[in-house]
Amino acid sequence: MTGFLETLGLAESATLLSLSAPGWGGNLLRGLANSLQIAFGAYGLGLLIGLFGAYGKLYGGKVTRDLLAIYTTVIRAVPELVLILILYYVGTDLINKLSSAMGGGRVEINGVAAGIWVLGIVQGAYATEVLRGAIQAVPPGQIEAARSYGMPAFMTMRRVTIPAMMSFAVPGLANLWLIATKDTALLAVVGFNELTLETKQAASSTRAYFTFFLAAGFLYLMVTLCSGAVFARIEKWARRGQPSLKGGTR
Amino acid sequence: MTGQERTGIKDLFQPHRIVLMLLFTALVIWCALSLRWDWIPKYAPLAAQGLWTTVWILVVSTTLGFLLAVPLGLAQAVGPWYLSAPARAFCTVIRGTPLLLQIWLLYYGLGSLFPQFPWIRSSELWPYLRQAWPYAVLALTFSYAGYEGEVMRGAFSGVAKGQLEAAKSFGMPRFTMFRRIWLPQAVRNVLPTLGGETILQLKATPLVATITVVEIYAVSSRVRSDTFIVYEPLLLLAVFYMAIAGLITLAFRRFETRVGP
Repeated sequence: MTGFLETLGLAESATLLSLSAPGWGGNLLRGLANSLQIAFGAYGLGLLIGLFGAYGKLYGGKVTRDLLAIYTTVIRAVPELVLILILYYVGTDLINKLSSAMGGGRVEINGVAAGIWVLGIVQGAYATEVLRGAIQAVPPGQIEAARSYGMPAFMTMRRVTIPAMMSFAVPGLANLWLIATKDTALLAVVGFNELTLETKQAASSTRAYFTFFLAAGFLYLMVTLCSGAVFARIEKWARRGQPSLKGGTR
Repeated sequence: MTGQERTGIKDLFQPHRIVLMLLFTALVIWCALSLRWDWIPKYAPLAAQGLWTTVWILVVSTTLGFLLAVPLGLAQAVGPWYLSAPARAFCTVIRGTPLLLQIWLLYYGLGSLFPQFPWIRSSELWPYLRQAWPYAVLALTFSYAGYEGEVMRGAFSGVAKGQLEAAKSFGMPRFTMFRRIWLPQAVRNVLPTLGGETILQLKATPLVATITVVEIYAVSSRVRSDTFIVYEPLLLLAVFYMAIAGLITLAFRRFETRVGP
């Protein structure tokens, strides 16, 4: 193995990327774990906000609808980086105010929690639009039928709307997940140790920029490709029993 | 955004909207009066310069990116495998990795590689290669081309076959056919998507501030670190971006109605 790597001239890179002490592979994987943790959390929070947002936009009162329209428009028009900074400062300020009101001192904000909070709110805006479109694509007769049976609103949502809208929502939600994984890289700018920042630190302390950035790119690409495969299965599951669409699913 | 909720003037003056607008005006007035804006005159020239850099980078990278996306889309839609496979690989890699990583790879990677070659150091291009903006433009161009290559692939294969056959039966040369029939129809079909992607591109521009390009986001960070004023520059920055996004939306909408079916 070592001989093979040496003939390729990759021995140095292999040492740098190895998991044990001289190598930085462990740091990179830790960063990846952090990134994925935040992506999962933010995606979940985003889906929750998106579900409420979509229902609010479709069935809410006039004021709710207008406020949600402002939320989705503003979030989608302002760069994520700016939103992350604003939400980060607002979040830390609020928590510190709360803590000092309750007689505590300054609170050290957990990076993972902060990341989930800021990316979740950003994801929520996009998820609102995806889910709203999907709910609208459900034939209204199905929801009306559920209502005419006297099904309570929550049960209608759980038994009729959500299963029926899944096939319309999954492609958009798959895209959102990919955006979530890639947006975690932006947290590097506020100094959170996710994959991209770990990579940059490793690269600048060893001066092997290409090695580390390409390795990190490979890790991100693996996440993307694996998620693609998983979402393809989910979509197949969500579309079960429906006639297949010609022209490929993406 | 979709234009489906296009509102007339009458809709704007429903009672609840008037209340919301009054609340919003009150909020703006409160912001104007009680927040600190005294730093603006000092940083205005720098901000104008930064705004110009943002717009400039956006325009150049979307134009070049689109020019690169057309062959990428074409190769994927109808090209032989030795063209379509690399094009697909390029699009997958660009779309599968974060833009920030790509920018850093190009800037730090190439930036540390180039000085090792004496002929690059002595070339005419060296004064440019030492600066950050060529890497920023390159990374953003690649990114736009990667996403748009995918869009154009669908657009090219979406043009009705009959149109191309008709052109062929007229004896139109292949390039003329591409220029007059295929490309215009493909672009027209995806104009709304392109508009959305251009706004995404606008939102990607602040990332180049991390490699020392001084655009509008970098100016706001500068204000923050100089004066310790946190929210005001960020709020103003958000307003700037919303204004540019609004202008892009308007421009694309006008363009769509002009060339629309």
